[in-house]
Amino acid sequence: MKTSTHETEIIVDTEVPMVRIIRTFDAPPNKVFRAHTDPELLARWQGPRGTEMRVERYDCRTGGSYRYLHTPCDEVAGEGFEAWFHGSFHEVRPSELIVQTFTFEGFPDHVALEKLVFEDLGDGRTRLVATSLVDSFADRDAFVASGMEHGVREGYERLDELISAGAL
Amino acid sequence: MAVDQLSRVFAALADPTRRDMVARLAVADATVNELAEPFAMSLQAVSKHLRVLEDAGLVSRSREAQRRPAHLEAEVLDMMTAWIERYRRQAEERFSRLDTLLAELPDDVDPLPPRPVADGEGARP
Repeated sequence: MKTSTHETEIIVDTEVPMVRIIRTFDAPPNKVFRAHTDPELLARWQGPRGTEMRVERYDCRTGGSYRYLHTPCDEVAGEGFEAWFHGSFHEVRPSELIVQTFTFEGFPDHVALEKLVFEDLGDGRTRLVATSLVDSFADRDAFVASGMEHGVREGYERLDELISAGAL
Repeated sequence: MAVDQLSRVFAALADPTRRDMVARLAVADATVNELAEPFAMSLQAVSKHLRVLEDAGLVSRSREAQRRPAHLEAEVLDMMTAWIERYRRQAEERFSRLDTLLAELPDDVDPLPPRPVADGEGARP
């Protein structure tokens, strides 16, 4: 199944429990890669809106590991909760590839295997293909649903604004 | 739509035969016999697939009419699309912040950050 209106494309597979996100950036692979491996830069873009990201460790190299915290930082997300995440870097090839695991510590037995491919488009642009694979459809769908629940907390007003502005 | 229903919908659509049946029902309601036609499959097997689609809420069957045609519940498919769209929008939000950040980075930036100095390492000669 595919939905694509703007630039970000999401593929929710029906054969295997995976989600794939595809997005092109107007920057060469070394820059996009750095934004994924430098904890200071990561904290500026990676968490959901209304949350702050605090990195405990982020040792992005083959065999390294990471742990970070998402904490609510405005009144909307303030109704949310703190969430720790951790994982291991299985394979890291600068400007090309990151293979890592991902666990939300609230469900420590559940793990996603994530593969991030940084494809050099050759004209100063990069296509990122990020695939998350989990071990059951129920886990995968809960993953997609967590995005939904977060969206509900934010309220539908923003969506309505976008729709009335003709952005959708 | 609850998470378990979303899971049932995804699971129901994981089978290529059932996807074909959904595509067929998107055109018009159909009986078990009509659905069985394009497949080299027993009516029992078709009924079994239909029951999975019914349990997921994707298909309903009239109780009154003798032919009991199956009807596609298109709004269940729409709801699933809405879930995926919200997930996509959340990713897009992150990526537009990343766009802003990328514009600030120098073009020749190292793909990896400098290695942090471990405790005591700096003290060594």
